[in-house]
Amino acid sequence: MSTPVLVVAELTSDGLLKPALRSVLGAAAALNAEIHVLLIGHQLETVIDEALRLPITRLLVADHPSLAVPLAETTTTVVRAISQRYSHILTAASAQGKGWLPRLAALEDVAMISDIVAIESPDTFVRPIYAGSLWATVRCLEPRKFVSVRVTAFSPLNGASSEPVSRENLSLDDWPAVPVIRSAVHEHPDEGRPALENARTVVSGGRGLGSAEQFEALLGPLADALHGALGASRAAVDLGYAPNDLQVGQTGKVVAPDLYIAVGISGAIQHLAGIQAAKVIVAINKDPDAPIFGVADYGLVGDLHEIVPQLTASLKNP
Amino acid sequence: MKILVPVKRVLDYAIKARAKSDGSGVDLAGLKMSLNPFDEIALEAALRLKEAGLASEVICVSCGETPVQEGLRTALALGADRALWVEAPGELEPLTVAKLLRAVVVQEQVDLVICGKQAIDDDAGQTGQMLAALLDWSQATQAAAIHCEGSRLEVVRETDGGTETLQLNTPAVITTDLRLNEPRYATLPNIMKARKKPIDQLTAGALGVTITARLQTLRVAEPPVRAPGIRVNSVEQLLDLLKNQAKVVS
Repeated sequence: MSTPVLVVAELTSDGLLKPALRSVLGAAAALNAEIHVLLIGHQLETVIDEALRLPITRLLVADHPSLAVPLAETTTTVVRAISQRYSHILTAASAQGKGWLPRLAALEDVAMISDIVAIESPDTFVRPIYAGSLWATVRCLEPRKFVSVRVTAFSPLNGASSEPVSRENLSLDDWPAVPVIRSAVHEHPDEGRPALENARTVVSGGRGLGSAEQFEALLGPLADALHGALGASRAAVDLGYAPNDLQVGQTGKVVAPDLYIAVGISGAIQHLAGIQAAKVIVAINKDPDAPIFGVADYGLVGDLHEIVPQLTASLKNP
Repeated sequence: MKILVPVKRVLDYAIKARAKSDGSGVDLAGLKMSLNPFDEIALEAALRLKEAGLASEVICVSCGETPVQEGLRTALALGADRALWVEAPGELEPLTVAKLLRAVVVQEQVDLVICGKQAIDDDAGQTGQMLAALLDWSQATQAAAIHCEGSRLEVVRETDGGTETLQLNTPAVITTDLRLNEPRYATLPNIMKARKKPIDQLTAGALGVTITARLQTLRVAEPPVRAPGIRVNSVEQLLDLLKNQAKVVS
């Protein structure tokens, strides 16, 4: 039996597994080895029940009061305690994963690979560079591989394990001290809309919307009619039309919905890099030469202030 | 408080990167290079702390071959007090850069490192966190706001669903996100003055860092391109296609 691989899970603010975990498992499955999942936190009983139903071999649990808030420093200490057991350590290239995995890599003196979109072999990975303008195929010469995964690039590994999942409670000699205090958390109010990263439909707005008021007034109802999430271009964020966490693109979030509707977005390279994995792209823009039309499956040239309300009305009253 | 700002010279953000025809790497020949935009934000944050009387000195550092000095000249023109060039051959991996920076931090007795969250060439986003780990310092990544009071730092950081606020003590590493500030421009007199300022030269060897490549780029290529789409003439036609052809709307 080959050396197992470790996937480190992330929890939602409600203490449940983030759906992105299934996509990291999808990437891990390409390595053809036993998959172990590590849960880190405090008072984890509910999520342990959920995790024991994953299609994995073993569940490791690190439960301690000092781990109640996910911090890069403490996460690193916990993963480091077991990292020698694994050929690969994978996690989502999320705000959390980007925070702790490089720390672990440095302490273990292992060069890491960020944000992979494909696995060619257990030591060779494909990752976007230059805002996704190019893809580099990189071989990792380290005996152990530390890899962060662009979750939108991998199909989720669904289902459950056919065998019972074994459980191991980690007990560290030294639980980490908490060097950093998290004094506030502000989740962007979601208006009952799905999270951008997991949404099946995303309606995104750009500079063409003209104001924050127009952004919500025009795009909000369209997103709701499609049960979709709202997104924004970097230009719209910079102009204050939308909050930063709605930003789609290489410097924001990378999305992979079934349907992506780009409204008043010209299509800068870094934005296009963030929507490449969408199944169907629709572009609505008054400029027929906007680069967004080069990647759109369906393009509609015209005034978004007329088109968007028409589209919303037609969806509501077919 | 001494602040160190590592800077990287990269292909200008407005230029589309292209692969070399043999796929061995990125073709940078003759193209405009600029400071990494996230590093400009980091330098701006450091300069503002100094202007507010919270920092005594802002030192910028860059690792690489001779041309990286150009980036240091820009940083000096923007207001950095001093510049350090760590001469090191070839393309440097983030872990190597972190080791070089650790040695600089120790040598210069720096209290705070502010760096970009990622460089827009390799998009690795590793160096700041690796440096923090090697120094056994705390970190606050993807900063959208920094407040400083003596050795206490309060950093608002971007998360996947909003923001969170972290309280930490120096020494620490902060990495910068887009919303943190809008960097200033260098004025012509300052650009002229920066040309005359000395750049202190260090070498990887003198800093005790051995450079070994652990990652091998096998190929660089354009990503798969999407098939060309069609133009539609009306909302009705669009909806019809979305429902009946693409089947993404029910």
